[in-house]
Amino acid sequence: MAHAPSNNLREPLILGEKSYHDITVDICRPIETRANKLWYVVFGLSFITMLWGIGLIAYTVGTGLGVWGLNKSVEWAWDITNFVWWIGIGHAGTLISAILLLFRQRWRMSINRAAEAMTIFAVICAAIYPVFHMGRVWVGYWVLPLPNQFGSLWANFNSPLLWDVFAISTYFSVSLVFWYIGLIPDFATVRDRAITPAAKKAYTLLSFGWTGNAKAWARFEEVSLVLAGLSTPLVLSVHTIVSMDFATSVIPGWHTTIFPPYFVAGAIFSGFAMVLTLMLIVRKVLGLEAYITVAHVEAMNKIIILTGSIVGVAYLTELFMSWYSGVEYEQYAFLNRATGPYWWAYWSMMTCNVVTPQLFWFPKIRKSLVATFIISIFVNIGMWFERFVIIVTSLHRDYLPSSWMMFHPSFVDIGIFVGSIGLFFVMFLLFARTFPVIALNELKTILKATGKYKRTSPQPEYKIEDLILESRKGKSGAAIHGEEHH
Amino acid sequence: MHDGVYPAVTAGAAPVVEAAEEPATAPEHKEGDAHATPHGRPQAPVAVAAPVAAAISADPATISTAAANLNKVKGGAFELVIYEKTGLGDGRLANNPWLQELPDPISRVTWDNYITMSIADMNSDDFKFNILNGQEQLSNVAEVVVNGVTLKLPVYASPGQAKGTIGIALGYGRTKAGKTANGIGANAFPAVTINKDNGFFEYSAVDVKVNKTSETYNLAGTQTFHTMMGRAIVKETTLDAYKKDAKAGNEPVLLSLSNGTKDTPNNVNLWEDHPRLNHKWGMSIDLNTCLGCGACVIGCHSENNVAVVGKDEVRRGRDMHWLRIDRYYTSDMTEKKAEEEGVGAIDKFLDMEVPSDSPRVVFQPVMCQHCNHAPCETVCPVLATTHSNEGLNQMTYNRCIGTKYCGNNCPYKVRRFNWFKYADNSAFDFHMNDTLGKMVLNPDVIVRGRGVMEKCSMCVQRIQEGKLNAKKEGRRPIDGEIKTACQQVCPTNAITFGDLNDDTHTVTKHSKEPRMYHLLEEVGIQPSVFYMTKVRNVSASEL
Ligand code: SF4
Ligand code: SF4
Repeated sequence: MAHAPSNNLREPLILGEKSYHDITVDICRPIETRANKLWYVVFGLSFITMLWGIGLIAYTVGTGLGVWGLNKSVEWAWDITNFVWWIGIGHAGTLISAILLLFRQRWRMSINRAAEAMTIFAVICAAIYPVFHMGRVWVGYWVLPLPNQFGSLWANFNSPLLWDVFAISTYFSVSLVFWYIGLIPDFATVRDRAITPAAKKAYTLLSFGWTGNAKAWARFEEVSLVLAGLSTPLVLSVHTIVSMDFATSVIPGWHTTIFPPYFVAGAIFSGFAMVLTLMLIVRKVLGLEAYITVAHVEAMNKIIILTGSIVGVAYLTELFMSWYSGVEYEQYAFLNRATGPYWWAYWSMMTCNVVTPQLFWFPKIRKSLVATFIISIFVNIGMWFERFVIIVTSLHRDYLPSSWMMFHPSFVDIGIFVGSIGLFFVMFLLFARTFPVIALNELKTILKATGKYKRTSPQPEYKIEDLILESRKGKSGAAIHGEEHH
Repeated sequence: MHDGVYPAVTAGAAPVVEAAEEPATAPEHKEGDAHATPHGRPQAPVAVAAPVAAAISADPATISTAAANLNKVKGGAFELVIYEKTGLGDGRLANNPWLQELPDPISRVTWDNYITMSIADMNSDDFKFNILNGQEQLSNVAEVVVNGVTLKLPVYASPGQAKGTIGIALGYGRTKAGKTANGIGANAFPAVTINKDNGFFEYSAVDVKVNKTSETYNLAGTQTFHTMMGRAIVKETTLDAYKKDAKAGNEPVLLSLSNGTKDTPNNVNLWEDHPRLNHKWGMSIDLNTCLGCGACVIGCHSENNVAVVGKDEVRRGRDMHWLRIDRYYTSDMTEKKAEEEGVGAIDKFLDMEVPSDSPRVVFQPVMCQHCNHAPCETVCPVLATTHSNEGLNQMTYNRCIGTKYCGNNCPYKVRRFNWFKYADNSAFDFHMNDTLGKMVLNPDVIVRGRGVMEKCSMCVQRIQEGKLNAKKEGRRPIDGEIKTACQQVCPTNAITFGDLNDDTHTVTKHSKEPRMYHLLEEVGIQPSVFYMTKVRNVSASEL
């Protein structure tokens, strides 16, 4: 694979005539150097929001779900909106690393690590909501089909919520394993370059004693392939099952068979948007412009057009089906979405999800990083509104007008959502400073194939020896020599 | 528009009361009449008409006195009627939180008195009051100056109220009633005067000034949407049509099947039926006899230890009533009208949301319908809500983990969630959280904890008791032996409960009547509760 002739028809995936050593140095730099002020500021802010969110969760558990804005008609709102939103975001990672691996898309290599990390963190954020939306969290484990002494009590296998539990926990564990296995050789690289004993120890543990011999590499490749095969159906199943929370109900606006494909497309759509948002920041902040290039951004933008268009078609199909069904409740539910008291949510969703991504048909916009960043934010917002529209507008006016109600979020609803974003960034920022954010072992396999590269190692910007001396100021001792793996 | 509980009127006040009473009852009330002034209305409601007629024929001097009184009414002045609400009456039981939280039959507002006003007046240039009172919009507060007394209250839009009149309920504004009632609303008693001529109380006043203030107030209503939106929720027909065809107004809901035929949803079934070996409990609710009084709501409250949640929680849409009475106004816009006039769907529905100036009012008690294919049951991940083989949808509180999924998936929205620990939280000081209050709870019914769902159980504790009594005597429960609490207190016997597997039970007879229909039958959930069409003695054009 490494010796394929370089293809001039395609844009190179790695710019700047890097050598193998350059890749190692560039990607290990954030781990080995000190974080700048900006990192600390952003981390601090995220940490505080996270604590605020945790505080509000504690308040909710201690006082009762009444501190949220829910009412007798709208019994799910921001909680499940946020849940589906986060789960959707968590779709890109596994799609990139599994499906794109199977399709041999090499451009994924620059982004899969961070995208998978994003997946894991997003699923963790998502899990907050189904857990804490329960009135009695402390007995939440009853959803698990555990042998018990309560009598013949068992879970209800008819309930989509139970399917959710299985789908999401499977997805999370497979994604985690997949991500971790990919990290092992890179951890070994970091370990070998580590200069402080603590870091050495930590990365030794994390790298599971990776030696880098041929057999290990062969197994590594095999396991990656097997896991990719295993996670591919999961990418499709998770959101399919999440959508069944709604599709199997009897509520007009929820009860529709179009949901599974529509939700999966929407999830991939939102996942890629979030990957773009994050990667555009990461490449700038960590100086990885050579690895995450316009070519990558463009490839992702194409997926956004595709999935965004699927989502757009789904919205229109929904409208058509409600009219064509001849069911007055369905018809009203959709009319109410578009023109009722929540019209602003519906049209925000339409604008952000259907209109803005279509701008990517213009190559100029597709290749512009600024435009991409802005549109990716739009998509993130639009996809949040999509879930809000589905959940709240369907519930707030269903069958009997006597129970029609509006929903107003309380400060706790908002605070927990903001807190989950804080938690996400805390995890992501820690990840960016302690894990290799790009799969360097994979990247090296395409270096020769996809661009100009240097055969010889130039002088690195900093010398490991200097750093060692710096960290051991005043102490004498043998320098630890970093050895890298290719 | 009031609840019919008017105090006695005197001859001197007769013309005044007559006009105020008008909108609620007079069938001849038409467009344009809303602008009529309080005098010269020939047909008064029966209860009032007799003394008026007597007074008028007896003493011509009274007429001139009345006319002189009327002449005193200045332009822009209102006429006030002081009335009693069904639940609270004159307020002697105002300290009972059940009654405070019982929604007024018409306004569906709890915990407050307010100024009822016609929408035309509220829209007038002087006021420009918010019409959509309740959860979404704050009510404007107005000052009513009457007989030297000033009452400051929020204004509530009352469709059908005659222009130029306002109403205020008694029983509020108490100061020494107890912790529940103190300080709620404003006391209208000082506005009641004594008629100099005959010494009777005068529960009305003319020449009342209403001044807009800059303040607003959030009224706590349990129902903030007022019309049926063209849906067949309460089915109605006229007496003539009913005589011709007892099924009138109760057209069956039919689903088109794949084989080209049509059938009712109850016969189209994707699921296996639950076995009904012994009993099959069911309930009929006769919309013809239901007055909307709300006695059943209180009956259910007391039988089932239903929590009172207070004004603020009602504002958030979290009342705990297992049984609610839906009140719908008619709207000027109907499906038929929209079709004839070519009104588009968006405008049609927007117009349908607005009650007409003089609407007809229907009531419909709604509790858990004990669906035989209950959508709430399939979605619960832990089987906390299940079906009994006697046709009940039963809620196992101890098993509930509080996902609220069942509540979302209930088409009738009858499930109620325990947002807080109502029975042990000092913020809900409505007697359930003190030792004395706890002693009067029904010992047969569990007090629900925080975070679990609850709903009508069909008074399962009473069913159980009835079954056991019958078993001891070696017989089946006889008709009427088991009564649910709501049935027991209903003054008009609108609610009938019994065993649908037993042909001798009244409910079984009801279930075979042509007036019988299931609410939202088209959803295909086969409710065990059914309703009976409302038959009105009006002409077809008035329906
Ligand atoms: S009425 Fe609602 S709560 Fe009752 S059985 Fe049917 S779906 Fe369940
Ligand atoms: S049957 Fe019993 S529990 Fe159900 S509404 Fe009537 S009184 Fe309440």
